[in-house]
Amino acid sequence: MTTTERHIPDRLTTPLARVLKSWETLLLAVAVAIFIVNSLASPYFLNAWNLSDATFNFTEKGMIALAMALLIVAGEIDLSVASIIALASTAMGAAAQVGAGPAALVLIGLGVGLACGAFNAVLVTVMGLPSIVVTIGTMSLFRGISYIVLGDGVYGGYPAGFDYFGQGYVVWVLSFEFVLFLILAVIYAIVLHKTNFGRAVYAIGNNATGALFSGIRVNRVKFILFLLTGLMSGLAAVCLTSRLGSTRPSIGVGMELEVVTMVVLGGVNILGGSGSIPGVVIAAFVMGLVTFGLGLLNVPGIVMSIFIGALLIGVIALPRLWSMMRRG
Amino acid sequence: MPPVLALDGVTKTFPGVRALSEVSLNLYPGEVTALVGENGAGKSTVVKILTGIYQPDGGTIRVDGAAARFPTAQDAAAAGITAIHQETVLFDELSVAENIFLGHAPRGRFGLIDTARMMSAARDILHGIGAEIDPSVRLRDLGIANKHLVAIARALSIDARVVIMDEPTAALSHKEIEELYELVEKLKGQGKAILFISHKFDEIFRIADRYTVFRDGQFVGAGRIAEVSEGDLVKMMVGRPVDQIFPSRSHQAGDEVLQVVGYCHPTEFDDIGFTLRKGEILGFYGLVGAGRSEFMQALFGITEPSKGVTKIDGKVRVIRSPADAVANGIVYVPEDRGKQGAITALPIFQNVTLPSLSRLSRAGFLRLAEEFRLARDYTGRLDLRAASLDTPVGNLSGGNQQKVVIAKWLATQPKIIILDEPTKGIDIGSKAAVHDFMAELAAQGLAVIMVSSEIPEVLGMSDRVIVMREGRIAAELSGAGMTPETLVRHAAGISEVRR
Repeated sequence: MTTTERHIPDRLTTPLARVLKSWETLLLAVAVAIFIVNSLASPYFLNAWNLSDATFNFTEKGMIALAMALLIVAGEIDLSVASIIALASTAMGAAAQVGAGPAALVLIGLGVGLACGAFNAVLVTVMGLPSIVVTIGTMSLFRGISYIVLGDGVYGGYPAGFDYFGQGYVVWVLSFEFVLFLILAVIYAIVLHKTNFGRAVYAIGNNATGALFSGIRVNRVKFILFLLTGLMSGLAAVCLTSRLGSTRPSIGVGMELEVVTMVVLGGVNILGGSGSIPGVVIAAFVMGLVTFGLGLLNVPGIVMSIFIGALLIGVIALPRLWSMMRRG
Repeated sequence: MPPVLALDGVTKTFPGVRALSEVSLNLYPGEVTALVGENGAGKSTVVKILTGIYQPDGGTIRVDGAAARFPTAQDAAAAGITAIHQETVLFDELSVAENIFLGHAPRGRFGLIDTARMMSAARDILHGIGAEIDPSVRLRDLGIANKHLVAIARALSIDARVVIMDEPTAALSHKEIEELYELVEKLKGQGKAILFISHKFDEIFRIADRYTVFRDGQFVGAGRIAEVSEGDLVKMMVGRPVDQIFPSRSHQAGDEVLQVVGYCHPTEFDDIGFTLRKGEILGFYGLVGAGRSEFMQALFGITEPSKGVTKIDGKVRVIRSPADAVANGIVYVPEDRGKQGAITALPIFQNVTLPSLSRLSRAGFLRLAEEFRLARDYTGRLDLRAASLDTPVGNLSGGNQQKVVIAKWLATQPKIIILDEPTKGIDIGSKAAVHDFMAELAAQGLAVIMVSSEIPEVLGMSDRVIVMREGRIAAELSGAGMTPETLVRHAAGISEVRR
């Protein structure tokens, strides 16, 4: 058999060209534009401490969004994250009442988050149930437990030192939460984009059957992703509880939709298979800047959510409109 | 007689690929035109242009001599062009009539579907193609053959003058193919122009009146089937004479590498046992539904057997997942490339390296340069044709997708490779390449299991053949015992050959 030597090039487009044409670049331009508009609209915007305050609008949601991004890329979703916060915060509050110290409280928060994630993971991967149904169920279940425990009550009286996680500053205006978010963002970006595990996540999101037939342990990967999302929710619960200094069963209510919005705005395909951590991080900043800028202008909260909704639909619809117009 | 549909100088370019370059194609009323060409020759692109899915970049389409454009699928249907696809999308939960008329059901008052009229129209169409199916039953209650007839009825439910049949016999049994031929004759009699796309030469010479050959997106030739020989047609297709003979192999089986004992499954297969040696090609023949693929998938860890032992190199190995199978040196090239074989949205290099990542990476971190090197190495051996290694696998032709799947598994350096219908839906050129490659693998000491429904392939490639029937091993044949007659006899369960 004669074979002609044929050379197939590795790539046709350079990585740089790809970055320039990417969703993340567009989103970054949006973030810069919002930044400029905000600084023109309000004289209070360009102030280091004000901007530092603004980061609290997205750091807790952002932590969860990092793990949620991986989960959604893999074709699954977890809508119970805000309820995990409620349950974890309630557990921490109960422990604080009997005199637990800051370290114990953190472990309890993370532990409850992990346990909730494991519960979701078992239902999805072992029982084979669809994650959207499972986590809508556990969304009610986890918060329901908080309501049973707390009723109309409030847990307060967190020990001294516990306030650092939500109110402390590492250096100058950089809060503990913000620094933690940035470190986690780097870790998640490396995991998704630079490791075998991340490649498996993309493979599963694009074609779970094909991934299984390629020797990927699909259920194991999904299990870990639910654990991570639970763990991040537990971490967010620690930060949020520390920042608020109290626990009510309604803590963080509705946050799951903001997290999902952040992930989708960041360019993650809601159907799975594509997306990036840099995109999600930029989206977190965009949402933080928008809510903070509107807050400075005394725009009421309900208008803010309208604005965020319009932003999401607008940013997603624009590229499609653009290509439709070009096709004629 | 003037053609009812004429393509002239039609060109279609995709990013990086010129799929069609000024091709011509004429379809005449009451005649069957066979469109032949290797995978990637541009046949599917033509079908998609004719059915309004793609828009040509240049050239003209004429219907009855008048220039026509099909910006949407509805426009193509309105021009009387309909297609019966390789894999037709039907809906199990809908009735036969609803399947036939989905999207263009007859409407009554207030725009609601006129069910009575739909039922009677469906009955007429089904009767017209000789299919006695009750249009009110749900599709899921029909067998595969009848589902196929429903698909044909659906294609004919628009008042078609041009019927495109894209590999219509790929999934059919011998008897059903005969019935399809009768149907084609019937449609010819009604004056319809038929475009028949097939890889099977016996079929083309049996059914077609004319032929048109494409190669690499270009028009090569056209004419009357009666005036061309099989050899000429093959030469036109591949641009070189193709050795239709299977590669000659010197059978030098080595040590026993695989032993399967008593594999059982509650519904799919029962008491499967055999041995396999290094350098051996073991064929699995049987009718569709004999349980061959199901058994192979159990061996690969997809489906769980109720009982059974796998020994590799004499040691018992428990295989509960494909990951276990790969770790033990068993790999599986599935029949369903698009769904199971490849992850079509991901680039070629990522598909090739997916099962090898743990070996390629350092402490779990990807090393792109290593990935590209491995992908380049193995795709090069299989003579893959692609614009770049970064191209999504879904952009490749079927034959090239299969090469990516095979490259993916060879890169894991397996001991045993299972190929499930490795040449199904692949053109003659790629087929010969796959056969040569299989022979080469066996010569290098790989143990090969080949599931195939094509008797010449089974006999031409295998050292031994296991025939399966209704989930059991009906016979194990080797040497002089391997004849077309014995294969068919055991597969069908006929005890004596009637002469």
